[in-house]
Amino acid sequence: MSRGVLLKGGRVVDPSQGVDASLDLLLRDGAVAALGENLAPDDADIVDIAGLVACPGFIDIHVHLREPGYEEKETIATGTRAAAAGGFASVCCMPNTNPVNDQAGITRFILERAAAADCARVYPIGAVTKGSRGEELAEYGDLRDAGCVAVSDDGRPVSDARLMRRALDYARAFDLTIIDHCEDPRLSEKALMNEGAVSTLLGLSGVPWVSEAMMVERDVLLAELTGGKAHIAHVSTASAVDAVRRGKARGVRVTAEATPHHLLLTDQAVKDLEYDTSTKMNPPLRCDADRRAVIEGLRDGTIDCIATDHAPHTIDDKMIEFDQAAFGIVGLETAVSLCLDRLVRTDMITLGRLVDLFAGAPARVLCLPGGTLKPGAPADVTVLDLDRSVTVEPSRFLSKGRCTPFAGWNLKGAPVMTIVGGKIVFSVDR
Amino acid sequence: MTRFSGRHLLGIEPLEPADISALLDTAETLREVLTRPIKKVPTLRGKTIVNLFYEASTRTRSSFEMAEKALSADTLSISMATASVQKGETLLDTARNIEAMQPDMIVMRHSSSGAPHFLSRNCRSAVVNAGDGAHEHPTQALLDAFTLRQKRGRLQGLRVAIIGDLLHSRVMRSNLWLLKKMKADVILCGPPTLVPPGIESLAPCTFRIDEAIEGADAVMMLRIQLERMSGGFFPSLREYHQRFGLTEARMKRAKNNVLIMHPGPINRGVEIASEVADGPYSVILDQVTNGVAVRMAVLFLLLGGSEVAS
Ligand SMILES: [Zn+2]
Repeated sequence: MSRGVLLKGGRVVDPSQGVDASLDLLLRDGAVAALGENLAPDDADIVDIAGLVACPGFIDIHVHLREPGYEEKETIATGTRAAAAGGFASVCCMPNTNPVNDQAGITRFILERAAAADCARVYPIGAVTKGSRGEELAEYGDLRDAGCVAVSDDGRPVSDARLMRRALDYARAFDLTIIDHCEDPRLSEKALMNEGAVSTLLGLSGVPWVSEAMMVERDVLLAELTGGKAHIAHVSTASAVDAVRRGKARGVRVTAEATPHHLLLTDQAVKDLEYDTSTKMNPPLRCDADRRAVIEGLRDGTIDCIATDHAPHTIDDKMIEFDQAAFGIVGLETAVSLCLDRLVRTDMITLGRLVDLFAGAPARVLCLPGGTLKPGAPADVTVLDLDRSVTVEPSRFLSKGRCTPFAGWNLKGAPVMTIVGGKIVFSVDR
Repeated sequence: MTRFSGRHLLGIEPLEPADISALLDTAETLREVLTRPIKKVPTLRGKTIVNLFYEASTRTRSSFEMAEKALSADTLSISMATASVQKGETLLDTARNIEAMQPDMIVMRHSSSGAPHFLSRNCRSAVVNAGDGAHEHPTQALLDAFTLRQKRGRLQGLRVAIIGDLLHSRVMRSNLWLLKKMKADVILCGPPTLVPPGIESLAPCTFRIDEAIEGADAVMMLRIQLERMSGGFFPSLREYHQRFGLTEARMKRAKNNVLIMHPGPINRGVEIASEVADGPYSVILDQVTNGVAVRMAVLFLLLGGSEVAS
């Protein structure tokens, strides 16, 4: 038995056990060893977390780590350090790398890189179709055995309904979830932002909400038909929330995530920031009615979890004209503070609900280990300081990506320590 | 002398009515220069203006060049064919290179909405938007307003119909802002597929051209870009002309001395019949003439030139 780590004097918030109390947390051999009052083992390093909140390690199930192929945007090493700095003990990485993660060899490469980086955990997501070309199914059995926890062609939708049906059906054999990026490719063609009054004023071509809603309706119906598991990535519209809500009510195996930017910003940001490309992402920022509907979905459980859609790009990809700039913003290092400040401090959701959205729920959605501090669970812990004031400063990000519409925001509440497998991979000097 | 509050002219939307009046009044003063035997004043002597055109535009570019020359500015015109830009220098690099030459102003035409905003954030020179994507074309709206004021003596209370491809038109957006700010009554008209969402919150919109023209003091026709047909926005040029084109018969619904305007270039027989474009009510060529005076006013007010020599 190795030396343990004792997190002493903190408030433990773990919705998976209904715990919100001043407790000590003992980690040993990579697992949670004990959770209790006044623990005093004689062979543990004591970490004083008085005044802080210890939660199950946060999990972000929608991250683009860019490696292999786009190492100038991000690497597994920089991306996992950014994750840890943002309070995430684990990330699931999307397969739209180059080559696409559509076979076991690439999955193994990603896991090797993640092991070498030795920071946040990495759970690869495989491709739904070979090369994410939307033509033939990838080999899910191989991908699952190599370590993929789900499949997705994220970056684009699975546009062929018959193929989506087969994917949902076939994936049942391996208990894999299909994560779909929902939009109708024709309705979205050339779109740069949400279609509405703001796109009209800015003279930018827009994509209507229907584009997402139609695809979500289709996926819910196909999940119902096949009994497969569909997870809707980055839900951004009221109608999509509604489609998921109705699906769940019928018992369809559908889950959904929302991003902090869709929860906190609207398409008005494109105008307020005068075409700054930090407001360009896909799905786009929507109107306020959509934003409020997504928050409502978060509150009533229609939206299962929060995920960042961390999509780093180089400066060259973003410091150009709006219509030519790449879609996507970084999110790992801002998500937790944004949600603490704008969702919890404003009483839109409780701290317990937030912890579930970031830890327990993503683990349940993709059947990942963790998301709980029950004895025996992985020793992954996120420690929060609810009183810490931070300013979003992209130049200090550990991610290679710097593009965020939240630059300069002053937020209260921040992750201050991240523990993965009992090892402190990030901590702020206090 | 009149004042102008901004450092750049990126669009009409951010302007105050007083700014618009200042620009139009200054244009009135400067227009006189163009009627002199020697059409030149030393007002902007020693100032350097770069015309950076990412889209072909003979009309707007020559109008700016004439305005710059009439004010004795030193000018340089750079044409960036969009095709070669694709693989070449970024807008940021181009801006930095131009900046290194320390111009006082950059006049830019660009196919990307918001490109002038990007430029203004990344350079010290004053930036004038000479048309950006489907966003704004502020000097066009100013010259249209100038022409209306010249012919009618006011803008307030005029009923102005703007008809055609509202969706892709920067001219419509700038004119809509300007006319609303100056308290004219605007009515918009186009096929539903070419009406941008949410526009009805800014001005009433109809799909019937006769309704739009009814009682109009002025009718502004917008250019239909022929490639819109392949985008499936309407079935044929023939039907477009029949249903949304301005013909002599339709004009009868307008006021007697209605002004017919068009930002050019005209598609004869599509959005406007030749008899109307060349007819007695057309002020299309006055618009072109006034364009120079209005652009002189923009340059003058942004560059803070000395008083106009009389
Ligand atoms: Zn996506």
